[in-house]
Amino acid sequence: MGRRKTSGIHLVAVVNRLREENVKTRLRGLHLSIVGALVLGVASSASAQDIVGLITKTEGNPFFVKMREGAAQKAEELGLEFQSFAGKYDGDNEGQVAAIESLISAGAKGFAIVPSDSSAIVPTIQQARDAGLLVIVLDTPLDPIDAADATFATDNRKAGKLIGQWAAAKLGDDAANAKIAMLDLATNQPTVDYLRDQGFMEGFGVDVKDPNRYGDEDDARICGHEMTGGNEDGGRTAMETLLQKCPDINVVYTINEPAAAGAWEALKAAGKDDGSVLVVSIDGGCPGVENIKAGIIGATSQQYPLKMAAMAMEAIAEFAKSGTKPMVDSELGFLDTGATLITDEAAEGVESISTDEGMALCWG
Amino acid sequence: MSGEAVNVTMQTTVQATVLPASGQSPAEPILYARGLVKRYGRVTALDHADFDLLPGEILGVIGDNGAGKSTLIKALCGAVTPDHGEIFLDGRPVHFRSPMDARDAGIETVYQNLALSPALSIADNMFLGRERRKPGFTGKYFRRLDRSTMQKEARRHLSSLGLLTIQNINQTVETLSGGQRQGVAVARAAAFGSKLVIMDEPTAALGVKESRRVLDMMLDVKRRGLPIVLISHNMPHVFEVCDRIHIHRLGRRIAIIDPAAYSMSDAVAIMTGAMKPPEQMAA
Amino acid sequence: MTSTVEGPGRQGPADFERVLTEADAAVASFDEDEKTLLKRVQHFLHEHPTAVPFIVLVTGILLFSALVGDRFFAPFNLSLVLQQVTIIGVVGIAQTLIILTAGIDLSVGAIMVLASIMMARSAVIWGVPVEIAFPLGLLVGTLCGFVNGALVTYMRLPPFIVTLGTWSIFGALVLWVSRSETIRQPDIAAEAPILQFTGTALSFGGARLTLGSILMILLAVVIWYILNRTPFGRHVYATGDDPEAARLAGINTDRTLLAVYSIAGFICAIGGWVLIGRIGAASPLAGQTANLDSITAVVIGGTSLFGGRGSIVGTLVGALIVGVFRNGLALYGLDNLWQEFAIGVLIIVAVTLDQWIRRISA
Repeated sequence: MGRRKTSGIHLVAVVNRLREENVKTRLRGLHLSIVGALVLGVASSASAQDIVGLITKTEGNPFFVKMREGAAQKAEELGLEFQSFAGKYDGDNEGQVAAIESLISAGAKGFAIVPSDSSAIVPTIQQARDAGLLVIVLDTPLDPIDAADATFATDNRKAGKLIGQWAAAKLGDDAANAKIAMLDLATNQPTVDYLRDQGFMEGFGVDVKDPNRYGDEDDARICGHEMTGGNEDGGRTAMETLLQKCPDINVVYTINEPAAAGAWEALKAAGKDDGSVLVVSIDGGCPGVENIKAGIIGATSQQYPLKMAAMAMEAIAEFAKSGTKPMVDSELGFLDTGATLITDEAAEGVESISTDEGMALCWG
Repeated sequence: MSGEAVNVTMQTTVQATVLPASGQSPAEPILYARGLVKRYGRVTALDHADFDLLPGEILGVIGDNGAGKSTLIKALCGAVTPDHGEIFLDGRPVHFRSPMDARDAGIETVYQNLALSPALSIADNMFLGRERRKPGFTGKYFRRLDRSTMQKEARRHLSSLGLLTIQNINQTVETLSGGQRQGVAVARAAAFGSKLVIMDEPTAALGVKESRRVLDMMLDVKRRGLPIVLISHNMPHVFEVCDRIHIHRLGRRIAIIDPAAYSMSDAVAIMTGAMKPPEQMAA
Repeated sequence: MTSTVEGPGRQGPADFERVLTEADAAVASFDEDEKTLLKRVQHFLHEHPTAVPFIVLVTGILLFSALVGDRFFAPFNLSLVLQQVTIIGVVGIAQTLIILTAGIDLSVGAIMVLASIMMARSAVIWGVPVEIAFPLGLLVGTLCGFVNGALVTYMRLPPFIVTLGTWSIFGALVLWVSRSETIRQPDIAAEAPILQFTGTALSFGGARLTLGSILMILLAVVIWYILNRTPFGRHVYATGDDPEAARLAGINTDRTLLAVYSIAGFICAIGGWVLIGRIGAASPLAGQTANLDSITAVVIGGTSLFGGRGSIVGTLVGALIVGVFRNGLALYGLDNLWQEFAIGVLIIVAVTLDQWIRRISA
C-alpha cells in the first residue's frame, strides 16, 4: 500500500537493482510459456489456455495474499492459465515492471495489478496495452487513473470518509476540540495514502485544502502526520512520536490495521488504552475485525479484495473471448467494489455493520 | 655446465654432518634436509635439494629468482609439503602439513610480509594465536585474557632486542615504521622460537638505518643461542652477519661457502652459474 | 681509504654504513614537537574511535534540546528514543560482529522476523509449549546464521552476495511459515505471554525503560567482553583486519567466521523476541528495513566496513544518534524526508571520518 521507509543510502538502490530478478512468487511466466508451448506443440489437444496475470505489491500483506487466492480460484473456474507475481516489498516498482514484461513476452491476454508506485508504473502499463493486453488496476488507482483499461478499486476516499464521519459522530460536540494523530503510509504519498487520509479529514470535518495532498492543512486539531510504512513497527514509532508532540491526542487515523495494532501498543504504553482514544482504520481483514472486537480498533472500513480479483479475472476472460473491454464509470473513473463500515459502537447517522457480520465477510 | 657435472657426483653422498665454517669440528645440524623434490605441473621447483643448518649459526640462503629458494624455505617452514625427500629436526624426521606444525616443532618464521595485524596492538600481535589467559577461575571459565602479563612480556621481548623506541606497547602496529614493525616480527619469532628462526627478506623494504637495526637484532638473537636462516638478496648484509652461505641454483643447493673466504662477486657468480662451485664446499 | 665491497673476507658494515654509528641511534622516533593540532586530533581519534560518534550524539541531544525544548529533553522522551532504537541496537550488535570480520549481513532483518514468527506461531497456532517454542525460535536464528557462515567459509563466497541471497530465502521462509498471517497481540498474550516479556516496562523518575532495552545493554556487555577480553575476540578482529596474517599466526579463520555468523544469528533471534515485545504481535510485515538500519548504526558508530576496527559501544551510540535525530526532527515539526536526509548525511560524514582516521601512519 505504498512506499516503505527507505534509508538514504546508495546501497538501497544497488540492492533494489539486484533484486529485480527476484520477483515471482508462483509459476514462472517465461519458463512456463516455453514449457507450455512445447507441451501444446506435442499434445494436439484443444485450444491453448489463455494466460492471465496478477501482480500484487507484496506477499507479506494478507490483503494481497487473499487477492491472489481469489484470482487463482476464479481463473481456474474460467479455464484460464493463471500466473501471479509480487514485488519484494511495498514500493518495489522495478519488480512489478519486470513482471509486466514477463507477461507481455508470455503472450498473456491481460493482467490485474496493484501498483506499488502509481505514477512510475504508467509507462510500462502503456507498453502492455500497446501490445494488446488488457490492463486492470486493483485497489490503488494509477496516476492518471485512465492509464489503465479499467480500475476496480475500493473508493478509498469514501472508505476514509466513513471512518471520519464515525469518529466525528462518536465525539459529538467534542469533535470541535479533538486532537487528531494522522498515521500515514509514506513520504511520497501514493494514491491510496492521500485518498484515505483526505477522505478521513473530509468525513471528520477538516478543511483539506488540496484534496490530493496531505500536510497542507492548517486545522489546529491536527497534531501531525507520521509515516508508518503500513506495518506494526512503524505504527508504534509513529504513534509514540505524535504522543510526544501532543499528549492529549484522542483520535488516531491509521492507514491500515497493522499500523493501528502498532499504534495501540504505544497507546497502551502511555496508559491511553482506557477508551479515551478513538482508533480508526481501513481494510477489514479478519485480524483487523478481531481487533475491533478486542477494543483495539474503534471502527474500520472493510474492503473486498476477493471481489476485486474475481471481477478482474472475469473481465479479462471476456476480453480474451470477445475483445470487449469492461465498462468504466466515467464520473468516478473506476468501478467501486465497495467499502463497509464495521464497528461494534454504531454512531448516529453513519451506517455500519457489526463485527460478527464483518467476520463473515472478512478476508485474511 | 661444469657446475652440473660436479653436482652429479656430489649427489650420491648423503652426509649428515657438514663441514662448518673454517676451523671448527664437524657438528650435528639442528635442521637438515636431503633430496627434497617439489614439482608444480611441469615445473620442478626443488630438484633433489639438500639443506643443513648448524646450531648457533646464521645461515644465509641466496639464489637468483626462480632458483627455488623460496620453495625450499616454504618446505622447511611447513607452508609446502615436498613430493619426495626428508627433513630432519634434531636428528628426527619431521613431516609438516602446515606452518602450524613447524611452529609447534619450534621453528618460527618471519615472513616477508611480516604477518602482523595492523589494527591490533603490539602486544596483541606478539601473542596472536597463542594468547595467554588469566590463571584461575576467570581464565578457565570466562576465558579472560591476561593482558597485563602479555603486555609485560611483550615489553620485555622488545627491549631485549633493543626496541626501546616504541613507547606504548598498546599502540597499533599500523602506527609503527617499517623498521619497528620488522622489529616486532623478529621479537615475536625470537620469543617463541625454541629451535630456530627463519627470516625471509627482513631488510628488503627497509632503509639504511632500519636495516642496520635489524641486523643487530639478528646478532642478538644468535647470541641467545637461536640459529637463524636468513634469506636475502642483499649481499652486503648476508656477508656481514652470516656464518655460512647456502647458494641455491636450479632447484638445488650447489654450494655452501664461507663468507670469509669468498667475495660477494664470487657468490653472485656461483649463484648465476658464471662460476663453478668449489668442490669441497658443495654438499 | 675506501675499502672495497668486493674483496674477500668477512665484511663488516660497509663504509657508507659505518657512518651510521655517528648517526642518531633511534631507528624511528616520534617527532612529538612536529605534530600539528590536526595530527594530534587524528592520533587521538585513532586511539579512541568511539569518541566521534559520542560527540555527535551529545551534539545532537544539545541541538534538539535547544530547538525543541522540554518535550525533547525530558527523561520520558529520551527513554522513548532508547526504546525506539532497541531493536536496531540488538540487530546492530550482530551486524557489528560480522562487519568486524570485514563481512556484511543483509539477512539480519529476515532472520529476526523468521525467529519471531517461529516462536509465536509454534506457541500460538501449533500448540507447542512456550518452553520449547522460545528456544526453537532462537535455534532457528542460530541455524540461519550458521548457513550464512558456512556459505562464506566453505563455499568461499563473498558475504554481500551470500546474505543477499539468504535475505530472499529467509524472507520467503517467513512468508511460508507465517502464511502471511500476523499472530495478533491478544492471542500471544493468552497463549505465550513470555514472548511479550521484553515489552514490560519499568518506570522511574519519569523515564520508562523496557526490559528489551535492558536486555540490549546486557547483550552489549557480554559481546563487548567476548570481543575485548577473550582470545576469541582477538581472533575476530585479526580475521577481519588481515586474514592472511591471522592464518599464519595459527588462527583458524574459517572456524572463527562460522562462530561469528552463528552468534550473529542467535542475537538476531533475540532481536525477534524484542520485536514481539515492542509490537505485541508477530508479523511478517515487520523488520523490512532492519538490515539497512543496522548497517547504518554500525557505520555511524565508527566501525569500519573494511574490518578489524570498531566496537559494540560505537554501534549503540550510532543507533542512538539515528534515534535522536529522527525523534528530534519529528518533534521539531520538519517533514519526514528531512529525517532521511539527515541520516544520509551522518553516514557520509561517518565514513569519511573513518577513512581519515585510518590514514594515520608513523
